Amino acid sequence: MHALSKYIAKRLLWTLPTLLIVAVMVFFLVRMIPGDPAQLILGDGASPEEVASLRTDLGLDQPVPVQFVYWLGNVIQGDLGQSISNGAAVLPLMLDRFQVSATIVLVAVGLATLIAIPAGLIAAWRQNDHVDIAVVAVSTLLMSVPSFWLGLVLLLAFGLKLGWLPVVGFVPFTENPWTAITYVILPVVTLMLIEVGVLTRMMRASAIEILRLEYVMHARAKGLSERKVLLRHVLPNAFAPTWTMIGLVLGGLLGGIAVLETVFTLPGLGRLLVDAIFARDYPVVQGCLLFTAVIYVIVNLIVDLCYPLFDPRVTAS
Amino acid sequence: MIRQPANMIIGSILLIFIGGMALLALIWTPYDPAAIKLVARLKPPSPDYWLGTDEFGRDVVSRLMAGASQSMIVAVLTVALAITVGTITGLIAGYTRGLVDRILMVFSDALLAFPGTLLALGLMVISGPNKYGIILALGIAYSPSVLRVVRASVLSAREREYVEASRVIGNSEAATMFFHVLPNCIAPIVVLATSMFGWVVLAESGLSFLGLGVPPPAPTWGNMLSAARTYIEKAPWLGLAPGICISMTLLGINLLGDALRDRFDPRMEQR
Repeated sequence: MHALSKYIAKRLLWTLPTLLIVAVMVFFLVRMIPGDPAQLILGDGASPEEVASLRTDLGLDQPVPVQFVYWLGNVIQGDLGQSISNGAAVLPLMLDRFQVSATIVLVAVGLATLIAIPAGLIAAWRQNDHVDIAVVAVSTLLMSVPSFWLGLVLLLAFGLKLGWLPVVGFVPFTENPWTAITYVILPVVTLMLIEVGVLTRMMRASAIEILRLEYVMHARAKGLSERKVLLRHVLPNAFAPTWTMIGLVLGGLLGGIAVLETVFTLPGLGRLLVDAIFARDYPVVQGCLLFTAVIYVIVNLIVDLCYPLFDPRVTAS
Repeated sequence: MIRQPANMIIGSILLIFIGGMALLALIWTPYDPAAIKLVARLKPPSPDYWLGTDEFGRDVVSRLMAGASQSMIVAVLTVALAITVGTITGLIAGYTRGLVDRILMVFSDALLAFPGTLLALGLMVISGPNKYGIILALGIAYSPSVLRVVRASVLSAREREYVEASRVIGNSEAATMFFHVLPNCIAPIVVLATSMFGWVVLAESGLSFLGLGVPPPAPTWGNMLSAARTYIEKAPWLGLAPGICISMTLLGINLLGDALRDRFDPRMEQR
């Protein structure tokens, strides 16, 4: 238990410098855009007096490190500024949009995991026979299709040609749960199909490695049924690398399904960022970049913290 | 002659087809991919226009071919940039260790703390949508993965006897690094470069689809798909063809990548 808490403490401590560097990068990224930050933040319609007053507020007359500390202080208090386009506070705006993206991503990746684990395990167990070849072929194909195109094709088939599902728009779950579901089925299925490809291949590859180890042979020699060997001995050990992969996938997707949100016109976080880039709405751009990167770091932290549950060797080393 | 595995053969055929398309487009396309012909708007596939025409009456086949060149140019240059930057920094980090190594690792960790496409998106904010902006943005975003792979190979190679021997004979540090340490990194770099090629094609088409990549009128598969979205009901052929091209490219790369990994990493051997 001592090793475990040490592992957790070490991992938590390591997150702090990463978060700090992320903040530095986001801060300077927006500073590197040619032009006066105050002018950029206020937009082209601002009067010189407004610009001058914001310059003082942002501390632009101060040295850059002071400006950064000031900005970081605000960020830690949850103040990410206001949107240029509509004056809304950036943080609540992002949280609102994040709900949409997160729901779709979590459901899709959850379903994908439920399909990928048995599929990968069975493929590894039947390595090189026709079941395995079929699983590998289908998952490699799925992995190779870009999400926005698959989405477009499903939209064409089920939305336009068959007319089974609505084509554009979004209804909040709280407003009408049933209609809400019909609007998110296609994006969820699209994302799920693609992630099934990635995760199945990962699961299969790690299960193949485990199946070669001596203790599996030992378990078989003891007379355990194949079912028990697979479920008790192979699955738990082969799951660990897949779990890391799930973390990377989740972390990447939570802030970045902009393309899919564009295809299905969903008001998600990715779309917010892209719209903000077009509108030159820099406080929103800065907020979204920071938020997404922090989510990515936190998801990977959670994944790492769960890791000892699947692979006790981690804490030992 | 060693029998080539099926994934190597199919992957190569797909990539040769796409690569051939891209090369051919540099000297010849059936029509001018940019020629607007309003009388031929949104024509379905026919003997004159094999895959139909788009909303400006431009030939889809010609645009797909020109799009293939765009994608390949962006992908080749981006991978080259990422490999160059990553290899140089990786060699330096692995070979010098100490403070330089630590500084380089802090930078690479920070870059890796962003999802690749998000970082590229952020950098695109600075450069604005253009071809060289994408190459620079994606090249920077992917170089830390190369740095890590190279650094790891260098760390294991530098302790070997032949590296020690090279030093003892009096070869300079640079020569030792270049002739004896670097060749060790080539296999993992090739494997990584192959998958990276796929990431870039996907990221570039995604950015172009969002309107943040290669700007129109230059045709890319991504911006063709983006334009096709509006006409998807009236002209579904516009939406199908570019997606099939992207998928074929990625499938080819994934299959070839698997084959290379099997060859270079015997632990993962599949047969």
